[in-house]
Parts: sequence; structure tokens; C-alpha cells
Amino acid sequence: MPMRDMIRRLLFSMPMVCAAVVALGIAGAAAQEGNVGEARPWQMGFQDAFSPVMQEIHQFHALLLVIITTIVVLVLALLGFIIVRFNAKRNPVPSKTSHNTLLEVVWTIVPVIVLVVIAIPSLKLLYHSGRTPQADLTLKVTGHQWYWTYNYPDQGDFSFDSIPIPEGDLKPGQPRLLAVDNPVVVPVGATVQVLVNSDDVIHSWAVPSLGLKKDATPGRTNETWFRADVPGVFYGMCSELCGVNHYFMPIEVHALPKAEFDAWVEKAKEQFATNSHSPVRLAANGSQDAAR
Amino acid sequence: MAHGAAVAHGEHEHHPTGWKRWVYSTNHKDIGTMYIVLSMIAALVGGLMSWAIRLELAEPGIQFIHDTHFYNVLVTAHGFIMVFFVVMPAMIGGFGNWFVPLMIGAPDMAFPRMNNISFWLTAAGFILLMLSAVVGEGPGTGWTVYPPLSSIAFHPGPSVDFGILALHVAGAGSILGAINFIVTIFNMRAPGMTMHRMPLFVWSILVTAFLLLLALPVLAGALTMLLTDRNFGTHFYEVAGGGDPLLWQHLFWFFGHPEVYIIILPAFGIISQIVSTFAKKPVFGYLGMAYAMVSIGVVGFVVWAHHMFMTGIGVNARAYFTVATLIIAVPTGIKIFSWLATMWGGSIEFKAPMLYAMGFIWLFVMGGVTGVVLANGGIDTAFHDTYYVVAHFHYVMAIAAIFAMFGAWYYWIGKMTGRQYPEGLARVQFWVFFIGVNVLFFPQHFLGLAGMPRRIPDYPDVYAGWNFVSSIGAAITMAGTLLFYYVVFHTLASGRKAASNPWGEGATTLEWTVPSPAPFHTHEEMPVIAGGGHGHSHGHGMPRPAE
Repeated sequence: MPMRDMIRRLLFSMPMVCAAVVALGIAGAAAQEGNVGEARPWQMGFQDAFSPVMQEIHQFHALLLVIITTIVVLVLALLGFIIVRFNAKRNPVPSKTSHNTLLEVVWTIVPVIVLVVIAIPSLKLLYHSGRTPQADLTLKVTGHQWYWTYNYPDQGDFSFDSIPIPEGDLKPGQPRLLAVDNPVVVPVGATVQVLVNSDDVIHSWAVPSLGLKKDATPGRTNETWFRADVPGVFYGMCSELCGVNHYFMPIEVHALPKAEFDAWVEKAKEQFATNSHSPVRLAANGSQDAAR
Repeated sequence: MAHGAAVAHGEHEHHPTGWKRWVYSTNHKDIGTMYIVLSMIAALVGGLMSWAIRLELAEPGIQFIHDTHFYNVLVTAHGFIMVFFVVMPAMIGGFGNWFVPLMIGAPDMAFPRMNNISFWLTAAGFILLMLSAVVGEGPGTGWTVYPPLSSIAFHPGPSVDFGILALHVAGAGSILGAINFIVTIFNMRAPGMTMHRMPLFVWSILVTAFLLLLALPVLAGALTMLLTDRNFGTHFYEVAGGGDPLLWQHLFWFFGHPEVYIIILPAFGIISQIVSTFAKKPVFGYLGMAYAMVSIGVVGFVVWAHHMFMTGIGVNARAYFTVATLIIAVPTGIKIFSWLATMWGGSIEFKAPMLYAMGFIWLFVMGGVTGVVLANGGIDTAFHDTYYVVAHFHYVMAIAAIFAMFGAWYYWIGKMTGRQYPEGLARVQFWVFFIGVNVLFFPQHFLGLAGMPRRIPDYPDVYAGWNFVSSIGAAITMAGTLLFYYVVFHTLASGRKAASNPWGEGATTLEWTVPSPAPFHTHEEMPVIAGGGHGHSHGHGMPRPAE
């Protein structure tokens, strides 16, 4: 196991190091200045996609939107025509037609064909997003009332709590109800296997711009995966009613170039050393205690 | 004293008076009226709760409801009240009780005393549910009551237990009512009223009754296990004792999905009656319409886990539930197209019930197509537990059902009270309500697409815009709702007298052959139904009595 992991990590780290170098060369800046996975005011569509799964969701939804808009417009047009043409003034004598077998067969068969057109890309997306490919690292996520704990079993098994920042303590640029003290950090371009769990009630770990959502259920480890294609900050919120602070249980994911990620891991190992192997803790570490 | 008054009414009006007439009632019309009154009271309570929710959500930040647990209690109670004590009592207990016997030529329901206990159990359930919000901390679990949040550890007070008992009692009432409808429809049809000549409203109530009979016992079992988990130390849903919270979700949604068809199927029936009446045409594709409802009922039982795509069920299970759910679009499509074809070639009068029927079709199509989107397990990752779902189910089920109820009220109020509603005011009420609900719920699609989770009292500032618009819509909807209550008052106080058939040639079902208001006892002599599809008859589902 460790041997295979090491080989795998070596193999995967090669392109990532290259990507990191390129990214550093181009951006040359911290992730915060790059992409932000968050909604915009008056937004009418999805958040921008920063993972392959979310990109596929965008594409599939574009198809669905065409189909459902066509259906709605068709029905509206028929209703409009009926209102204009078949009102009592214009058409005083109603027809007595009550059957048309051909018509009835057509409006049964055509929807079936439309559904097949939907089902094929739907199942493709489902199986692609629902089966974790060969992962570069594993991230364990544990939900609590009302914060998340993250654990990195492949990087020395350190853990830390990700505590929401109260409104009064926000720094400029940190969005309300979305920012946390210790964001979860992943390397750009790495396939991350996510194992989601809970130690009290059901929560749901969700990051819209990465196409992520998975229930955190006590007694069960649910698996999902993602790959952040670009460096950036991606926000999400707990997506299963979990009690009084359900609205204030944010998720903040930072994707860093591999080199920066490695540097972060080294720092995090020291910072969170005392937290290792402790899945349940209530207090946060010193830094944010000071912040309060 | 009751006797004296009864005698004065003559033998046809022989009934007790005063409170005994209502409390002891075994009359399907009186019980139907009580159900409708219960629904109208509950609708005010549930409606005010939703208005409080939208008031809080009008702007980011927490303005009014500082106790966020109370916000969760409001969300929970709003859902329970609207589903169990507004829509179900009005559609099934109210209009079903009133018009199923009238439409099939039966003098009353098969089990009049059971009909009485059905109503009073429902009323007791409503009282228990209201109590659940004021004893202890109130249930902040959502109407889905997922454990462990609903377990004794996270809801230690008695409020969840009250909620469980409320649903038990109301569920028992519904099961008894379902048995009553099934027996009545199978055994008490007038001569000539074959199954394939029954009005579609009767078909819809028959299918609904079967769904109730099969789904509610599952809920009752799940609730009982939750009750014993909470109070007697069992571990059906407790992980620590070897139980599984997912068991609850499977059982709940095995009931919960048929439940949404329990809500919308009677609406289908009502809309078919109204559309046919005001287009002055028989229902197009009657048999297709009837069996579309039957197939929706059957398929509705095998799609429940599309509510659970994010719970960690296997990818193959998700694939099955995706495909099975998509299939429901076929019979629902048949219904939409058949309503349009019924109107096609008709001579339509756009009276208030017809406006509501056409509004229903618009809402149902809007909510239906987003249902086709949500059916896909892959894309549901982006939508699950967001406002897109809230918009979807309010369009397709909640507001659509309310439209059918308003339509039914305007359609049948003359028959029920002998007084006709004011047409102009009713049309104004329709437009206010129609604009209100669309401004209220359409922007919620955008919020859901942008990722806003549901059941939250505060949201990130980026979602402020559409939330504000949505809350404006809620205010308009509230105005439309209050206007409806004024129309009710106006109709009862000073409505003009209704003819036995106020709608003319299009209204061909049996209830229009009895006087308005319908006498206490009707069809004491069985009407005989002439063959469908011949002579003056408007064909299947539109029987006429042989004169």
C-alpha cells in the first residue's frame, strides 16, 4: 500500500510540479487573487465551473435548459392560441371531438424520445461524477454542529477544525457567512478523494463551483471526488438542515499550486500537530481563539 | 329542541341542528364543509408562517427572527400544515366528500360514521401539531424530520413527540377516509355509472385513496420507530446501537413521494372538470387521462430515492432512480396535452374557475420541467437542497394545488352554499395571486442555480437581489390570499343566488342536476346514467341522468 502510494504520488507529482511552475510564472501571486468560486449579485445561472464535474454539469444543464424552455414556450404558445382562437366570442359552437388516437400516440412517443435524449448524457454524467477515479490524495471531512473538521491521511494524518468567522471578525474581502478561519487546502490539478462523515447530525458538504455535494451522515463514510483545475478560493455552505446554526456552517476550499500546497502541508503539520488523530474537538486552535 | 327544528324542515331536511349537526355529523356534505373550513383556518396559519419566513429573508442578515431555532420551527410547521392540514383536507376530505357521492349518484359515503371520525381525527391532528410548536422547544427538523436531528439527543423536549402523534392521528384519519372513498366508489355508483364513465375527479380521488392506503402505513411505521427511539431506548435510527439514519429516509420518502401525488392527483381531477365545463367540450382522451393518473400513482411508488441522491446510495441505484423518475414525465405530459386538446376547438368562457385551471396548467408545466431537470442524479449535485428545489416543488405541487383548490372553490361554491361568488372581484383575486406567486417563486430558480441552500434564515450578501424580489412576490401573494378571504366573506354574506347549474351546457356531471345549495340529502332515488358517448351525452366521464 505505502509503496504503491509513493509510486503513484511520484508519478502524479511530475505534471503537477510543472503545472505549479507554470502557474507561478503566470500568476505569481497567492490564490486569493485568482479565481473565486462564489455567486455574484443578481446571478441567474450556475456559479463558474472550476472542476471537470461542474463543467459537465454546465454542459448538461445547457442541453436541459434548451429542452425545458422549448416545452414551456410550446405550451405557452398553445395556451395563447387557444385563448385567442377558441374563446366563446370567436368560437360560439364548440367542437365535439374527444378522441384522436394518432395524436395521443404521438404525444406519448415524442416525450419518450426526448427523455432518452436526456437520459444518455445524464447517466454519463452520473457515472463520471459518481465513481472516484484514481486519486492523488484523500481528504477526510467530518461535520459537526456547526463547523467542519478536515483530515489529511496521506500527508501525515494531521487534522484541523474549520471554524466560521463571525461577522464582527471578518477581514476586508472575506464574505459574510462563507469565510472560515482555516480553509481546506488542496493542490491544483490533483484528483482528491473526499470521505465525508459526521459525528452528530446529518450535514452536507457542498461546494457549488467544484460540483460537490455529499451528505455527512453519522455511522457512514460517503465518498465523492473533485479536481480543482485552477488555483483559487471556492466557497460552499452546509446543505442539510442541521440545527440552529445550519445557515452558518461554511466551507472554504483553497486550491494552491503543488509547491505552495507542499509548503502549506509542512506548516500545517506543525501548526496542527497537537490535533492529530483527534476526530472530535470542540475548541479551535490558538490563532482563532486570539481572533475572537 | 333539535327535533322541533328538524320537523319544520320537512322529511328531506331531517337533520339535527346546532352543534350536534356538526360534531355528530354523518352527512358527507356537512363533513366536507367542515374539512374545507379546517383547511381555510390552517391555510391562514401556514400562510402567515411563510410570510414571516419571506419577511426574514427579504434582506441579508437576521432582522426579525433572532432565534434561528424558531425560524426552523416555522419552516417545519409551514410544511406540515400546508401538506397535511390545508391541501389534503380541502381536496380529499372537502371537495372529495362533497362531490364524489354527488358525481356517482350515491346518497352518501359508504361509512358515514367513519367519515365523521376521519374528520375529527384530522382536526385533532391539527391541534396536536399546533401544540408541538408551543410545548418544549418546537420541532426545528424540517417536515422531513430526519434523525439524528429529530432524535432525543438533539430535540430533547416533547415537541417532536407531539409532531409524531399529530401525524399519527391525522394519518389514521386519512387512512379511514381512503377506505371510505374506495368502498364508496367501488360499490355505490348509480346504475349505468360504470368505472369508465366516472368523472375524472372521481377517478383522481380513487387513485389518491389507494396511494393514501398504501403510503400512510409506511409513514406510521417509520414514525412509531422514531417515537420508540426517542422514548423507549430502541435503536432503529441510532448509529450507536446499530441502527441507521438512512432507514428513516428510505421509509419517509417511500411515503413522501406518493404523498406529493396524493396532493396533486385530486388537483388533476378538479382541473379536468373545470376545463371541460368551460370549454363546453368533453374531456379529450378520457381513458388516457384516467390511466395516466393510475400509472402516475403506480410509478410514484418506485421513485422515492430521487430525494436521496446525495445520501451516499450507490451509483447504480442513482441511475435506476434517475430513469424511473424521468418516466413519470410521460403520463404527466399526456395530462397537459389532453387538457390543451380539451380546450382546442372549445367555446371557452374565462370565468374565475377557468382562469385558475389555465393558471394551474402554466404552474404545473413550469414546475414539471424543472422536475425533469432534478430527476437526473448527476445534475442533482448542483441542485439538491438549494432554492431551485424550493421553486420546483412550490410550482408543481404546492401552488399548483392551491390553484386547483381556488378553482374548485369558485367552481362549486354555488352548489355548496347556494350563493354565487362575485365574478369581477374573483378575476381580480386571480390576477393578484397569479402575479404574486410567480414573482415569489420564479426568482428562486436563480437563487438555487447560484447555489443558495434552503432552510436558512440568513444568506451570503450576493443572494440579496433575488431574495428581495421573492419577498415582494410574497407580499403580493399575501394580498391575493387576503382578498380571497374577503371574496369568501362577500359571497356568503351577499352573494347572489346560484342556479342549480350556473355554468350551462358544459357542466354535465351529476352534481349540477340537484338544486343549489345541494339539499341535505341527495340522490335518495338512484339516478340512472345513460350510455356514454351517445345522444346528448358528452362522452366518457360526462354522464347525464336519464330523464
